[in-house]
Amino acid sequence: MSASNILHKVSRRDFLKLSGIAGGGLVLGAVLPSIAPVWASSNNNSTNELNIFVSIDTDSTINIVCHRSEMGQGIRTGIPQIVAEELCADWSKVNVIQGLANEAYGSQNTDGSRSIRRFYDTMRHMGAAARSMLEQAGAEFWQVPIETVHADNGFVLHKLSKRKLSFGYLAEKAARLTPPALETLTFRSPSDFKIIGKPIASVDMQKFVTGDTIFGQDVQLDDMLYASIERCPVIGGKVKTFDKTASMQVVGVADVMQMPEQSLPAIFKPINGVAVLANNTWAAMQGRKALNIEWDLGANQSHDSDSYLADLKSNIVNKGKVIRSDGDAYGALENAKQTIDATYTMPYLVHAPMEPPAATAVVKDGECELWACTQTPQSTQQNVAAALGIDKSKVKVNVTLLGGGFGRKSKPDFSVEAALLAKHSGKPVKVVWSREDDIRSGYYHAISAQHFQAGLDENMQVSSWLQRTAFPSISWTFSGTTDEPQNDETSLGFGDVPFNIANISCETHKATGHIRIGWVRSVSNIHHGFALGSFVDEVATAAGQSTQLMWHKLIGEDRFVDPSKQGYKYDNYGESLDKFPIDTKRLKATLDLVVEKSGANSITPEGEGWGISVHRSFVSCVAVATKVRVADGKVTVLEMHSAIDAGTIVNPDRVRSQQEGSMVFGLSISLMGEITVKNGAVVQSNFHDYPMLRMQQSPKIVSYIVPSDAVPGGVGEPGVPPVAASVANAIFHASGTRIRELPVNKHFTV
Amino acid sequence: MIAFTVNKETVEVDADGNMPLLWALRDLLKMTGTKFGCGIAQCGACTVHLDGQAIRACVMPISAVAGKSVTTIEGMPKDASHPVQQAWMEHNVPQCGYCQSGQIMSAVALLAQNPNPNDVDIDNFMQGNICRCGTYPRIKAAIKSAAVNAKVLGNTAYNYDLANNVGGEV
Repeated sequence: MSASNILHKVSRRDFLKLSGIAGGGLVLGAVLPSIAPVWASSNNNSTNELNIFVSIDTDSTINIVCHRSEMGQGIRTGIPQIVAEELCADWSKVNVIQGLANEAYGSQNTDGSRSIRRFYDTMRHMGAAARSMLEQAGAEFWQVPIETVHADNGFVLHKLSKRKLSFGYLAEKAARLTPPALETLTFRSPSDFKIIGKPIASVDMQKFVTGDTIFGQDVQLDDMLYASIERCPVIGGKVKTFDKTASMQVVGVADVMQMPEQSLPAIFKPINGVAVLANNTWAAMQGRKALNIEWDLGANQSHDSDSYLADLKSNIVNKGKVIRSDGDAYGALENAKQTIDATYTMPYLVHAPMEPPAATAVVKDGECELWACTQTPQSTQQNVAAALGIDKSKVKVNVTLLGGGFGRKSKPDFSVEAALLAKHSGKPVKVVWSREDDIRSGYYHAISAQHFQAGLDENMQVSSWLQRTAFPSISWTFSGTTDEPQNDETSLGFGDVPFNIANISCETHKATGHIRIGWVRSVSNIHHGFALGSFVDEVATAAGQSTQLMWHKLIGEDRFVDPSKQGYKYDNYGESLDKFPIDTKRLKATLDLVVEKSGANSITPEGEGWGISVHRSFVSCVAVATKVRVADGKVTVLEMHSAIDAGTIVNPDRVRSQQEGSMVFGLSISLMGEITVKNGAVVQSNFHDYPMLRMQQSPKIVSYIVPSDAVPGGVGEPGVPPVAASVANAIFHASGTRIRELPVNKHFTV
Repeated sequence: MIAFTVNKETVEVDADGNMPLLWALRDLLKMTGTKFGCGIAQCGACTVHLDGQAIRACVMPISAVAGKSVTTIEGMPKDASHPVQQAWMEHNVPQCGYCQSGQIMSAVALLAQNPNPNDVDIDNFMQGNICRCGTYPRIKAAIKSAAVNAKVLGNTAYNYDLANNVGGEV
């Protein structure tokens, strides 16, 4: 946030409106407006407009709004930790309020591993401003100089006279003060931190273990109908005719409605289909089974993922569109003493959060209230408003807990469905996605192929580097026409390859979309991390060097890398390279830490092997070391170690849990993740044919955090990209079999 | 009308006997602690106890539950005092938390059968419960802690009666 930002005070009415207290069922009517709200608003035309709210009740309860969605990453704990630290609050008094959709907060898109990195400074400002007002109120009450008072653990103290007043006592007085100018705020020294950097338990912990949490699937309203929707199996297909007679005869079924017909591009529109509304979920599902629908499947019914991937694979060996280059990669390859080349592929993947999407809507008197497990409350608000033909100010979006997100719940299609059905029925409607709906009607991680070539000179040094990528773009989902990887996708672990090689060429190939392509946890870094991390291991093997040493040589000396110097438009996750540089020293150090801690350089028994990889994504560095045993055609993952350098850490336990989760998520992808498409329709349907890692496949898992006082980087996603390469490399070093086509279960039992 | 008990209270539901217990709990009885994850007994999110045995509510028709005793996550102590709940908190197990009702109910059932499970026992019993967030290492550690804590407390937290009656005194 720039120094030109100002702090505003908002009225209690605004506070209630924005924070959702009024709609949240909390009884505040009897409570006087003992609120000390502060609100920072960016006026510097930055895209990073920020707002947040702190209020303090007379009983010293500190209400902190979390405007980001909780999906397991711990943000409902992390955001308040930052505010509470600067506020000098008593953590036991903190009450977290989930913010409604509102642009006043700035971006609420809980994706891109950016909640802490984008809001760390802002949250400190919020806490510091509130603390300043409380201190001023205390100084005025005692008629003493402001310099002689200070806040500590929920009180304002005047040490000279050994007096203290609680935040609650001062709250009303503080609320009447003019908020301080941003420039006047003072911040706590990191060495004094009592809350930031501590492994504080989730604020929702007790509810988790008593079953009292409310997720999107759990919303219950009086007189509500439950909807189950039969969607066209092919994107772009339409309902030709349908017969609802048998459905209406199912006990409990109240109504059958065809969804308003949509055409491509898919965007966030509901998929064409027919909804069955009933007085319970089971009846809706039974009624849906009884539907008789004839589809017009449309052009995408010709899509076959096997033949599509074969085409990508055969094209990728040819020269593509150059997006970054330096020197003469082709010439250097011709002159190389030895060349290595390899093609890697990955299939489509789907998010499969444990909670399938769900949303509940009421549409009445030209207004809509919605409850959804959404990662994007504002996009939900906008898309619902557009679908209903009302202004977005008439749409109130309540954000429930998310039973996993991984990017699926960034797409508001399911909320639009609920709103359209609620409008049609005049009653509250909950749309319940089944697991089959989630697997078959999702937004998929792109199927892909990568081709790499490296040239070694007579000294076994890498003299040239060629890399190509091809996959259908997420932009196809929004345009319907995009037919090649876009810059915001090649920026993810491909165009930003931080290597110090004189002759380099990075190229893309054409690939068009046929199913909805979407962002899945770490996005294009998934396939780019697999291919790059595998190829470095292959080059190291060819050169007769350790993989760790090869990474060091390729990365080169300590420096800040700027890919734009080689003609590449680099996005850096929307951050400046000044604040978040590609720091080769930190990248190498992260790799070295995981190798040292894991013992990945140690000799293994016959049939066992270690694999390593390192990857920078979401402005953090993560290295993974994996140990496997390969015996009798079966791969057993024995150990996984992950080290992260994400700068300043707010909650080390939640960072570790994200590391652990990223390893498990990455293992599911590596070992078993595969969505295939036949005749335009997804073949898989549930966990029996789209398996997740289970307890008995989960190895010993260790995570490390690189100590750092640098600005906070991303945490939720960067743990995923190095996993697949570390697994494939480990399998190679254990067995001699190089896996270039994921998942592993195409080649081995897992 | 089909009658059974849920967390020691007798309930009657007026529904098709083929309706899975999951939907009777969630939609008819408004008890949403038991989660829907797959509908085909593949993920364990809907795990509850039926006469003390861990079962998947999503495939258990209510006709088969008539006259029987069901324990759900809501039957666990609200103050989270059960050793399994305590261990879950000690290890900060949940991430998103969605699967954890089922994980906890499976863990309680496991410890009722086997108060001192080793890694293989835990793998075998818990392999029906998927956690997409990847909390498996912490679940395993928490189950071991719960086993130890229950012994330290000198109680019988995991005998059959208590698994069947987890709301009771521990």
